[in-house]
Amino acid sequence: MDSNIRTQALSAVRAVEAVFDRAFGARDNPLRHLGALGFYFFWVMAVSGIYLYAFYDTGVTDAYSSVEWLTHDQWYLGGVMRSLHRYAADAFVLVMVLHLAKETVNARYRGFRWFSWLTGVPLLWLAYASGIGGYWLVWDEVAQFSATATTEWLDWLPLFGEPLARNFLTPAAVNDRFFSLLSFLHIGIPLLLLLAMWVHIQRVSLADVAPPRRLGWGTLAALAAVSVAKPVVSAAAADLATEPAQVALDWFYLFVHPLMYQSSPAITWGLAFGATLLLAAAPLLRQPKPAPVARVSPPDCNGCGRCVADCPFSAVRLVPHSLKGTYKLQAQVDAALCASCGICAGACPSSTPFRSAGELVSGIDMPQLPIDALRRQFNAGLTQLSGPARTVVIGCDCAADVSRVAGTGVLEISLPCIGNLPPTFIEYALRRGRQGDGADGVLITGCREGDCAYRFGNEWTEQRLAGEREPHLRLHVPRHRARIAWANSGEEADLARSLAAFRAGLVQKTAAAL
Amino acid sequence: MNNTTRFLGQAVLYGLFALAIGYFSTAPAYTHLAPGQALLKLSFSHGAQRVGECRDRSDEELAKLSPNMRIRQDCPRERAPVIVELELDGARLYRESLPPSGLSRDGPASVYRRFVVPAGTHRLAARLSDNAKGEFNYRGEKTVTLAPAQIVVVEFHAASGFQFLH
Repeated sequence: MDSNIRTQALSAVRAVEAVFDRAFGARDNPLRHLGALGFYFFWVMAVSGIYLYAFYDTGVTDAYSSVEWLTHDQWYLGGVMRSLHRYAADAFVLVMVLHLAKETVNARYRGFRWFSWLTGVPLLWLAYASGIGGYWLVWDEVAQFSATATTEWLDWLPLFGEPLARNFLTPAAVNDRFFSLLSFLHIGIPLLLLLAMWVHIQRVSLADVAPPRRLGWGTLAALAAVSVAKPVVSAAAADLATEPAQVALDWFYLFVHPLMYQSSPAITWGLAFGATLLLAAAPLLRQPKPAPVARVSPPDCNGCGRCVADCPFSAVRLVPHSLKGTYKLQAQVDAALCASCGICAGACPSSTPFRSAGELVSGIDMPQLPIDALRRQFNAGLTQLSGPARTVVIGCDCAADVSRVAGTGVLEISLPCIGNLPPTFIEYALRRGRQGDGADGVLITGCREGDCAYRFGNEWTEQRLAGEREPHLRLHVPRHRARIAWANSGEEADLARSLAAFRAGLVQKTAAAL
Repeated sequence: MNNTTRFLGQAVLYGLFALAIGYFSTAPAYTHLAPGQALLKLSFSHGAQRVGECRDRSDEELAKLSPNMRIRQDCPRERAPVIVELELDGARLYRESLPPSGLSRDGPASVYRRFVVPAGTHRLAARLSDNAKGEFNYRGEKTVTLAPAQIVVVEFHAASGFQFLH
């Protein structure tokens, strides 16, 4: 994608996200849990679908009449379940498309993310195959229209000896067994979809497959509300002797039929295949130069496993230690999975600047910015700080640009990801401040909640500073001197305001202490 | 933003979500056939005659074949294309030469075509050739009266010829 267009699209996405942030808070923002909502809607469909299946009869007339019975005679449960099933399916498409758009705008289709991206492409086809098949089960005019249109579309492919559309030529052409087949397909294809969704998340650890509880209840309530306010009903029963002239289409799934009739099957196939190929080939487009991956130093690794627990992409695992007679286990990095975020180095207890070693070597480290280099950067910068509220601003390369808040008394340091920061560096900067050549405060910034480019960098940092995750910021470090102010790329003005307020607070505290 | 405003904001956004789902699940309606239009579908699957004549093998030829292959008659596999013509009220609506299916061109030729036609009374005529000479050896015609959105299906079976189902 052209970088200008992408930047503008990214700004638009962030503006919309900001609106949702204000209403829901970043943690419960549905736009930050689109994948999880997809899983959630799948389970709503599964539960409601199992209920509907218990009452569904397979037969040319029974199919329609059993759904009608559920809809009208058992409206209080069967009808609501049917509506929930349909609306959850529509919501599934909505979040799937939004998820795809958001990941595209964020260019999350290349580099180490290629696997998740590529395995997401078949989900589109499976989702549509599942959904469209579901419409046919009702066997009303919409089903008739969709079945005929789909088979006419498929017949354009030179795969079938006899046109599939002949199966819907006359009322006598459809028999009861067709609905048994459809039932199996409508169970089998969604199961395949679920399997493909599972594969899709295999290369990420702690995958977000369930939305936060409040968001889950909220979306379910919204679906239930629309189910009651506008229950799903069938159109007239299918009659293959008559062509449905006006069709109340579900545009989330069936838009492809009008598209075909308004253009041609060839154009529609061209668009479908073209989009699929483009999506599948996206990881090959303009690959960024791969960053060096995390490196393990066996003599400094005691196999504690914190890097394994914190890695967002399951790229680190524990293996028997290569140095006999030391520790049982050591970390090992899978270069193919490593995102070069440095979160592992931030999690390593040996990444502490207080160590007296001449050259600081961490158990696991990033070659492009080793902990030793980071300490040197701190040391050099801290001695230059002057003024009443000397502040270190530590940010990340993916979020607000910390160099844009540079000024007197401010040391800006940018890491690959804020999760790359060992909390001991905060203490290091403040302790040196008390000794005269350090900082009075440390401001931490990075991607906003739920928006970390490496998934968990900001979340792990918050937990480390709150003492909820190892390695934690020690309790005696005064919390008013270490503050978090998340700001995405483009939100440098917000960061500047947070910094000004933080420094003003530091001045006040100092004055009060005197 | 205080809690009341936040909850109001959430209510609005949940409402928009529900509204979008509820609306686009059935609307806007798609007009597939304009008022006053009907549909004509031509469809059949038919194995045409073979392109060459069958001949009897001589005793010598049979003797050269393995015992399980000794069938007297030797017929070429390839079938002729099926040529079909369809007329609506005396005007040609469709003409096509349909090739036999299969790698050896020995399978049936198939067609499925749909035509949007005005509702009302129409004279339909169909002709079909299934021989190598291209002579029309099947014909059928019928006057049909179609209500709006009604479908008439023109089918063909070798045994019964053209059928006009509506």
